[in-house]
Amino acid sequence: MVHERVMEKLAILADAAKYDVSCSSSAGQNKRKNQNKGLGDTGNGICHAYTEDGRCVSLLKILLTNHCIFDCAYCVSRKSNDIKRAGFTVQEVVDLTIGFYRRNYIEGLFLSSGIFDNPDYTMERLVRIAKKLRLEENFNGYIHLKAIPGASDELIKEAGMYADRLSVNVEMPTEKSLKLLAPEKNHADVIKPMEYLRNEIVGYKEEKKLNFKAPLFAPAGQSTQMVIGATQENDLEILGMANYFYEQMNMRRVYYSGYVPISYDNRLPAIGTPVPMIRENRLYQADWLIRFYGFNVNEIVGFDQPNLDLDIDPKLGWALRNLHQFPVDINSADLELILRIPGIGVTSAKKIVSARKFKRLQPEDLKKLGIAYNRSKFFLAFSSPFYLQKDLTSIQIKEQILNIQNSKYQNNFSNQLSLFQ
Amino acid sequence: MTLLIYDGTFEGWLTAVFEIYEYKFEDVIFAKDENSNALFFSKTHFVETDNLKANRVLKGLKQRLSPTGITNMDHAFFSELPQIEESLFRFATYVFSSSKNIEGDLSNNAVLNIQKAAHLTGKESHRMKAFVRFKLTKDNLYYAIVEPDCNVLPLIQKHFKNRYADQKWLIYDTKRKYGIYYDLENVSTVELTFDSNPSSSKFLAEISDEDEEFFQNLWRNYFKSVNIESRKNTKLHVQHMPKRYWKNLTEKIPNLKK
Repeated sequence: MVHERVMEKLAILADAAKYDVSCSSSAGQNKRKNQNKGLGDTGNGICHAYTEDGRCVSLLKILLTNHCIFDCAYCVSRKSNDIKRAGFTVQEVVDLTIGFYRRNYIEGLFLSSGIFDNPDYTMERLVRIAKKLRLEENFNGYIHLKAIPGASDELIKEAGMYADRLSVNVEMPTEKSLKLLAPEKNHADVIKPMEYLRNEIVGYKEEKKLNFKAPLFAPAGQSTQMVIGATQENDLEILGMANYFYEQMNMRRVYYSGYVPISYDNRLPAIGTPVPMIRENRLYQADWLIRFYGFNVNEIVGFDQPNLDLDIDPKLGWALRNLHQFPVDINSADLELILRIPGIGVTSAKKIVSARKFKRLQPEDLKKLGIAYNRSKFFLAFSSPFYLQKDLTSIQIKEQILNIQNSKYQNNFSNQLSLFQ
Repeated sequence: MTLLIYDGTFEGWLTAVFEIYEYKFEDVIFAKDENSNALFFSKTHFVETDNLKANRVLKGLKQRLSPTGITNMDHAFFSELPQIEESLFRFATYVFSSSKNIEGDLSNNAVLNIQKAAHLTGKESHRMKAFVRFKLTKDNLYYAIVEPDCNVLPLIQKHFKNRYADQKWLIYDTKRKYGIYYDLENVSTVELTFDSNPSSSKFLAEISDEDEEFFQNLWRNYFKSVNIESRKNTKLHVQHMPKRYWKNLTEKIPNLKK
């Protein structure tokens, strides 16, 4: 490698790739094992470092090139943007990946690209890199490739043979926003490869049941990403779209990327507008409630409540709207109900269910188990006659919780808090 | 009160547990060497590690615990927390006194303490899987220096052996003065003596592969480039990468030559 040039290209092409937030490197059920005494394996995923913005670094996340024929307003690599352009050769990406992996810097490669020439030409390069890593370097680490919309089914299928995960980013939650910011694109173009991948992945899973040795096809599934806060969508539309991806496309993950202003285009928030980090955080919390806590999207947002509260998390929000479902008796309720108590997470809920087999749990036991007791106490019932639960309204509960919690976003809410005081 | 002096291994601890029952000791305290506060105790007992005795205790524990329960004891032992031997002994006593499996009785302090200690070791071993930074020498050895809070090398060797099956590597724990070394076939425990300061830049320059510094700079460059300045969150950064690990993390060590 020509050292100086590679150093410069890495800076340009890592910088251009960093707005894609997918960082997962876990293999799922079908782990790629190192059986041939080659290099690497996949497991539950490891975050090897954390940048100063607190985001994890698990993969070498780069663009093959930031030359692009499209001019999407929200994208830093858009054709009309006056930035330094660069492109890696196939061999350079292979050498970087192996060099980083052998030093235990990364779990693998996340390779995306601007569209140069045409989709097939771009996709073919991405596939060639993955193939070379697998077949020539004997590499079993994690590979995440972008499926380029418009590329042929054959190329996408070949990508699935070498990659652990494939993703197509929907970018804008609605067709209307996409038309506004990327007039050359439409939703149908991204849905088509998603559907193709879904069918291939389902087919692979069926085959795997019959034939244990069936060759892997994107064993870590597919994911997508939506940009949040660049356009006017509400959380109902965003979570509705996410729900569609989970249910209809069997997506493993939907990522929400708070828009980082990078353009003076008047269709977009101006440079200097804060990144909507709180909203992004609330969307992830809602996403978790749907995937791990048994919540239905309609319970979290609805037409009467189209946006998530910013000052409280969506689980607390749901509980305050549904006080009639509480208090829950921790010593007898089903796990599903315990999971719905604010301040109790999946791990804590399981601990409670385990510990209560040995004795009737009291408030001090819960504190010992590490439960956020000061949040959850408003929603708990204990059998002890000495424990009196005062009847509080949801506004009183919210006020008390906001007063005790030391939110990392506290400063943002000083106005809202004073409303209650 | 009886002071039990054992050799610091898990087998040694298991032997000690056997002998507590054998000699009917009460109020026991454990120590790893003779230099501890032996004088303050009326009675001192030296435990000679005995695999037969250790295995009998282990067998008894296995009959009453799940495989996870056994692993948790093992991990708790490696946490090296103060008085972990006493905590483990209280846990073992509870295990043996009960007719059913008690590892889920998390509101009981004897059980909870072991679970917390095991969790701590598990977290530290996960961290080491993440924070090991190999450097390549002229002799094609990938070596890394670590300083973990818990004694985790025994717990991470399998991970590194599976992952880096085709490269020779060495991970050295400077706190406990031993390392694990993989020779392309097996992993063995090694003790090293350094002729010169192993972290001096002169020493490193002499032994390093010619591309090593380039790759370290590439990694620093990458680490810097993927940061989004407008999302800066130092608290979260330090929470995930506590400062005590920085001295062995390539990306947190500025490149002095530049």
